[in-house]
Amino acid sequence: MVEPAVDLTHGHAHDDHADHGPQGWLKYLWSTDHKVIAMQYMFTGMFMALIGGFMAYVFRMQLAFPGMPVPGFGIVSPGEYNALVTNHGTIMIFWVAMPVLLAAFGNFLIPLMIGADDMVFPKINRLSFQVFFVSTIVILASLVVEGGGFAGAWTAYPPLSADSTYNLTPLGSTLWVIGVGLEFVAFLLGGINFITTLMNSRAPGMRAFDIPIVVWMIVVASILFMMSVGPLLAGAIMLIFDQTIGTGFYNPATGGDPILWQHLFWFFGHPEVYVVLLPAMGVVIEIITTFARKKLFAYRTVIFTIVATGVLSFFVWAHHQFIAGIDPRMANIFTITTLLISVPIAELCFIYIATLYGGSITLSTPMLWGLAFVAEFLIGGVTGIFLGAAGADIYFHDTYFVLAHFHYTFFPIAIIGTFAAFTYWFPKMFGKMMDERLGKWHFWLTIIPFNMIFIPLFVLGMGGQHRRIYNYTHFPELAIDIFQDMRIVATVSLLIMLAAQFIFFYNCWKSWRSKEKAPRNPWKANSLEWTTESPPPHGNWHPDRMPVVYRGPYEYNVPGREDDYWPQNEPK
Amino acid sequence: MNRFFDFFEFSWFEPLIEVGSSYAEQIDGLILTVLIIVGVWFLAAEYVFLHFILKFRAKPGRRGEYIDGKNKRHKRWITIPHLCVLVFDILIILVSFRVWHDIKMDLPEDPDAVVRVIGQQWAWTFQHPGADGELDSPDDIFTVDELHVENNKTYHFELQATDVLHSFSVPVWRIKQDAIPGRTITGWFEPTRTGEFDVQCAEICGFGHGVMAARVMVEDAETHAAWVAANTPVAAASAPAGATPASQ
Amino acid sequence: MRPIATTRAATGTATGKLAVWWVLASEVVIFGGLLASYVMFRLGHPEWADAAAVTNTWIGAFNTWVLLTSSLTAVLAHQAAERGDGKQAAKYLYCTIFGALVFLGVKTYEWWYEISHGYTITSNGFWAFYYTAAGLHAFHVIAGAVIMAFVARDAAKGRELHRVELIGIYWHFVDIVWIFLFPLLYIAK
Ligand code: HEA
Ligand code: HEA
Ligand code: CUA
Ligand SMILES: [Cu+2]
Repeated sequence: MVEPAVDLTHGHAHDDHADHGPQGWLKYLWSTDHKVIAMQYMFTGMFMALIGGFMAYVFRMQLAFPGMPVPGFGIVSPGEYNALVTNHGTIMIFWVAMPVLLAAFGNFLIPLMIGADDMVFPKINRLSFQVFFVSTIVILASLVVEGGGFAGAWTAYPPLSADSTYNLTPLGSTLWVIGVGLEFVAFLLGGINFITTLMNSRAPGMRAFDIPIVVWMIVVASILFMMSVGPLLAGAIMLIFDQTIGTGFYNPATGGDPILWQHLFWFFGHPEVYVVLLPAMGVVIEIITTFARKKLFAYRTVIFTIVATGVLSFFVWAHHQFIAGIDPRMANIFTITTLLISVPIAELCFIYIATLYGGSITLSTPMLWGLAFVAEFLIGGVTGIFLGAAGADIYFHDTYFVLAHFHYTFFPIAIIGTFAAFTYWFPKMFGKMMDERLGKWHFWLTIIPFNMIFIPLFVLGMGGQHRRIYNYTHFPELAIDIFQDMRIVATVSLLIMLAAQFIFFYNCWKSWRSKEKAPRNPWKANSLEWTTESPPPHGNWHPDRMPVVYRGPYEYNVPGREDDYWPQNEPK
Repeated sequence: MNRFFDFFEFSWFEPLIEVGSSYAEQIDGLILTVLIIVGVWFLAAEYVFLHFILKFRAKPGRRGEYIDGKNKRHKRWITIPHLCVLVFDILIILVSFRVWHDIKMDLPEDPDAVVRVIGQQWAWTFQHPGADGELDSPDDIFTVDELHVENNKTYHFELQATDVLHSFSVPVWRIKQDAIPGRTITGWFEPTRTGEFDVQCAEICGFGHGVMAARVMVEDAETHAAWVAANTPVAAASAPAGATPASQ
Repeated sequence: MRPIATTRAATGTATGKLAVWWVLASEVVIFGGLLASYVMFRLGHPEWADAAAVTNTWIGAFNTWVLLTSSLTAVLAHQAAERGDGKQAAKYLYCTIFGALVFLGVKTYEWWYEISHGYTITSNGFWAFYYTAAGLHAFHVIAGAVIMAFVARDAAKGRELHRVELIGIYWHFVDIVWIFLFPLLYIAK
């Protein structure tokens, strides 16, 4: 090891820029340390994942056993069903996928991986979490106010979302928009930090192509987010005005246009899916290279593909609106761009596969999650092609085929990718090793049920089952036994999957309690975060021994070297 | 070249859902085309992926190789597939264009009849032209949640909404179109199978979205004529144009 | 000693300046989305010109002049700060804040006049955009003025002089947004 083991807790690193703020547990609430903020995001995200998962449990139970009281919830009324689906989608995307992948891992990894002691604006970073925290409270409050939570789908199309005589949730819908808007502000604040930190605060010697891909990905995702969310923020202001003071931006009766919202929403909405995709992709690259002991195949091409994806992603939005009444000629253009975006993403997938070639692969728990991400995401990706072909989307739009498509992308991202990242960096974050055996049980008991949930839903979608319908017994073609059996299979699989999460939490608890400390670099990886202690001290490294970078992060099995890895900070 | 894809035009997932309109098989054919193209790619990718995982497991004494993917010889392995994907994309785009064109852009001229479909929270109102074949004439037949059409006839539909967005979807016809308040959207269909089929509302429209179900009755010429005769409003002959909707 | 990350500058540009540019980038798309929506609607609704005819171009022009002048004093403040003359910089900043206050005062009068004549935000589509866009802009003027007050206070004591430039960049942006709003809302009749 390059870095001599020094006891940093008494070094002057601590006092230099320790917060002279409150002490005790309040310290954590007001900390500006990027690692503490990362944990705050992570645990909020984890908590929200449980809520989103619980919602999925309730409405899936209702679909499998319509009309029966759901244990832990009761009878699900049509309005409640819609509210559950709406907020499940909203929470899973904006309060789970983004905070965990982007904010938690972004905050944790960026300074550590580029060899800095913190973000460049620690206070803005803290403000970002505080705004996010308020938004969390707002969205949770929106569920319990009078009239119930917003029930107009996560896409919130007006006029339904704009007028409480239509949606019947006067408070819930406004709080929903405010909550989501605040969340956007939080991520704008965070994003500025990520981007400027990467641009300016890299360790000496770290050139653009020495940056670990996951950092690139998170920062490109932040830029994508920043460039796409603006119009929607403007749209959200208009929506709130429509809801509360009665303007008519989206009301055709007063010269407004409901389709405007769809354009603003999807102009953001499509880049947004890549905003969450890219960090997960990056995480997987770190894991695959580490556990295959392989150099990343074509580093620069990876950067080009994500830039290409990012640019293209601004020109595909109307593929969500093929049949929403837009000019049919426009659909042609968007079919072209949508299909073209498969090219850079396919290339990325091929790069994963090529990276495995000639490796020396260890199937540890993080590696299993990482590989599963690729295998499952491919399903989600190729089913997007069906939808991108406008002719086929006439049939598939808003069926469960779409639903299964995006769960096959989102689940790999938000759940599989998160578990990959979590298990991989757990030693660094908490200074303990996780139990591999429990980890593998958890892995298989999550992956198999996952497929068992959503493959039947693909079939149901092909059978013409539409989304957001609380009870299919009203539709004779959908009420047949075989379809109902598939719904039950999906729900039972979900129950199994949810139960399996206890293994995960038990594993966390057990590892947390264990006395054995994690070494600095348990996986023998190259990037800088592994050169400091686990968990890293305040300031990450001793201020006099900040790392200096000599090479890229993927130098595994370099010919002529004895070790099969070559840390970035090791001089020649 | 497009003719080539006619070959795929058959209803290969009929066990899941029937085929009931003139263009349903075109859509099914497009889906099959895409399925085959991306299916092959998908299986190939998964196969190579799993194969590498199994083949390159860590073994004592064997080191990983050092391949940076920078030189052309190695890069070929991703650039060639990548170009192929582009070619197949273009193929899919062409087939999709044709289907889209036929269904959503080319409105057949001189339809046999025009029906009006009006979505509101949470029911469908259908306005049939009645015996004279003209909409907005006194003998129009208004129904709620029940559309009656004649088999093998070309229809235009005029889609409207009175409050929020709805979406008119008849899965057996593979048809779907959003209804937007303040606009009238015209489309077409030609039923080819008699029977009774589901209409779903495919755009969330509030608490009752899940119960906004309707049925289409596709009838042969005789049955349809009989239905029209039986349901023509009594006052039709005497009432002025734009008569009140008759309940049936 | 300052924290390490904050003092590095791998790009050669100070981090604060980079950050301001990124903030502006994210603001550009917010206003861009709003104005693009407005332009699309305006093209589809020629009758909005009647409503636009009510707005007072002269007041708008006066406010444009006020903002431009305040941008000028922001530039002068920056120059003073470059010279290290914090006191002078603060004075110019106070001038800029004064400009902001005049702008807001005129705006208040204008809105009061229009509202009292029955042209409220719910009157029609034009007025909805008028109040929303100008209101969002006014909100930025207020926020800018408040931040500027803090910067000026520090600058007067000779501290954080580099922030004078940063708030100046932001102020030019607020100015430029108005340069777009003015013709779209007032001149196009
Ligand atoms: C992170 C999430 C994510 C990701 C990554 C994607 C990726 C893609 N999505 Fe998806 N999508 C969603 C999330 C996502 N989507 C969501 C949430 C919705 C619904 C929103 C709602 O209505 O509520 C949706 C809906 C949606 C629609 C609208 C459907 C409808 O409502 O009618 C369409 C249509 O074009 C589409 C297309 C695509 C395409 C082409 C990709 C591409 O990026 C995929 C590219 C990847 C591959 C193609 C796989 C790898 C390539 C190969 C193995 C090579 C072989 C391929 C070819 C030969 C082409 N998506
Ligand atoms: C990231 C996005 C995401 C994720 C992960 C999920 C997860 C799940 N979704 Fe969701 N879903 C959406 C996004 C997502 N969904 C969206 C956008 C919609 C559309 C909403 C709309 O129509 O408006 C939707 C709608 C939707 C429907 C459609 C309802 C309808 O239209 O009527 C259904 C139906 O089955 C469903 C099911 C499920 C199930 C069973 C899961 C399960 O996979 C859930 C299982 C959850 C867990 C197992 C939690 C485990 C996590 C942890 C334990 C935390 C770990 C955290 C750390 C380590 C930090 N979802
Ligand atoms: Cu009407 Cu849903
Ligand atoms: Cu999309």
